[in-house]
Amino acid sequence: MSIARKTALVGVGSTPYYKRGKSLPQTMNELVCKAILAAVDDAGLLVGDIDGFAYYSGGFDTPYLMETLGIPELRFSATVTATGGGSAGAVQMAAMAVASGVAKTVVVVGGNQQAALRFGAFTSGYAPSAEGAFFAASGLVGPGHMFALLARRHMHVYGTKREHFAEIAMAMRAHAIGNPNAVMQKPLTLDDYFAAPLIADPLCLYDFCLETDGAIAVVVTSAARARDLKQVPVVIHAAMQGGERGWGRSLYWMNMPEEHFLTSGHRFVARELYRMAGLTPADIDTAQLYDHFTPMVIAQLEDYGFCRPGEGGEYVASGAIRYEGGSLPVNTDGGQLSCGYIWGMTHIREAMEQIRGTAFRQVQNVNFALATGGPSNLPLSAVILGK
Amino acid sequence: MTSDTAKVPAEEIFELITDQWTGPYWDAARRHVLTVPKCASCGKFRMPPTPFCPHCLSQEIEWPELSGGGTIYSYTVVTRAIIPQMETTLPYVPALVELPDAPGVRLVTNIVDVPVSEIKVGQAVKVRWHDRRDGVTVPCFTF
Ligand SMILES: [Zn+2]
Repeated sequence: MSIARKTALVGVGSTPYYKRGKSLPQTMNELVCKAILAAVDDAGLLVGDIDGFAYYSGGFDTPYLMETLGIPELRFSATVTATGGGSAGAVQMAAMAVASGVAKTVVVVGGNQQAALRFGAFTSGYAPSAEGAFFAASGLVGPGHMFALLARRHMHVYGTKREHFAEIAMAMRAHAIGNPNAVMQKPLTLDDYFAAPLIADPLCLYDFCLETDGAIAVVVTSAARARDLKQVPVVIHAAMQGGERGWGRSLYWMNMPEEHFLTSGHRFVARELYRMAGLTPADIDTAQLYDHFTPMVIAQLEDYGFCRPGEGGEYVASGAIRYEGGSLPVNTDGGQLSCGYIWGMTHIREAMEQIRGTAFRQVQNVNFALATGGPSNLPLSAVILGK
Repeated sequence: MTSDTAKVPAEEIFELITDQWTGPYWDAARRHVLTVPKCASCGKFRMPPTPFCPHCLSQEIEWPELSGGGTIYSYTVVTRAIIPQMETTLPYVPALVELPDAPGVRLVTNIVDVPVSEIKVGQAVKVRWHDRRDGVTVPCFTF
């Protein structure tokens, strides 16, 4: 049995995207609850209808949510392993739970509040471990340092340039400007980009995503039931989590064979996803690609077949990912680079809006939208949403 | 900034934990011997050290003494502290170094004691041992 087209996203709810720390004194659980309540309201459902939860990156406390929101019965609660790679994977788990009949109304919720530990220094928060010793001694304190190593190799082998990274940062900023949800509203020029400090050479300030607080929840139910609910159903045409051993622990071990090292790790997920959906890259009308670091947008464009391996830099330089005039508008809300960073749930949200036809920068005639989880250690994940 | 000399990153950001599979690497480092695990059954190298050879599933390991020479596969230059402990040792250069006498593996390490501006992908490097105050020795690389 395939889960393709059996389920749909019927509600989405979000808190505002706050600059890091500005969500206080609200608690993390409070932000999560606000997102859930907004999502069920958007779906035209009651919070008591929820009978399942799917998470990633450690997830949240299901019984806490049940007790505080008055959710009477639970039929499913699970978390995708690993980190931000699993955002779309949580949607896949919800879809599996619903398609199998295990649960009827499953919420996927993600959120972050960075008052305690900045995600930019995320890896410094890991407890020391025997395996971790092999990267920790070198001072790879934050994910930016790790992705800089991947970016440098991509530049060396393929001739990718900082100008290509800049184009991604500038395109995302252009998409964010005017979007009332977006944190960043000031134009970004090439001069601004090159004037910014290098934080982890070759990556500068603008190659890093924002550090924001907030929570986003979506509601998954059956495609049949979705037709009777309040919103235009957003059908989950395919959802995948996984990857190949050659990528494996990736950033944390850095021993990927070169054919994997030069990617975002997503090639296998992409192949399986297209197969499940019965679609090709040419069918995708807009892509919401997890953009924690600009070079990983280039690598994902290659891995998802929008251009050939090594040609991602030239592809973005052609203007392809721009809303204005681009053949594949990417991160139409401004992405995590310029709109808000909620660990990949922003991409699910924007893909939903594009299929519904309600996005701030609405792409015309959208049939299919891709949303990906973060390139990180496995599992990686992605969904294709459609009408 | 880039004319600066690459430093060893602050010792405070790293605390060594070992287990029976990773211990021999760090024991050898204390003796200033560079080694990585080699499957005693099929001869393939792997890093980090794990309980099984992913190629043949053998648990038998050899720890051959390596020359200490390597090649820079990739690197980054860190010039900004994102946690306070980093501040005293900027700039430093995390790097991936491939080892000609242990094909198929990379070390995540640092390039040290050379001008940052001279560091390039493909540059030949050799091991430079850093003996820490806590008795742990970490392999770094220099030209
Ligand atoms: Zn073997």
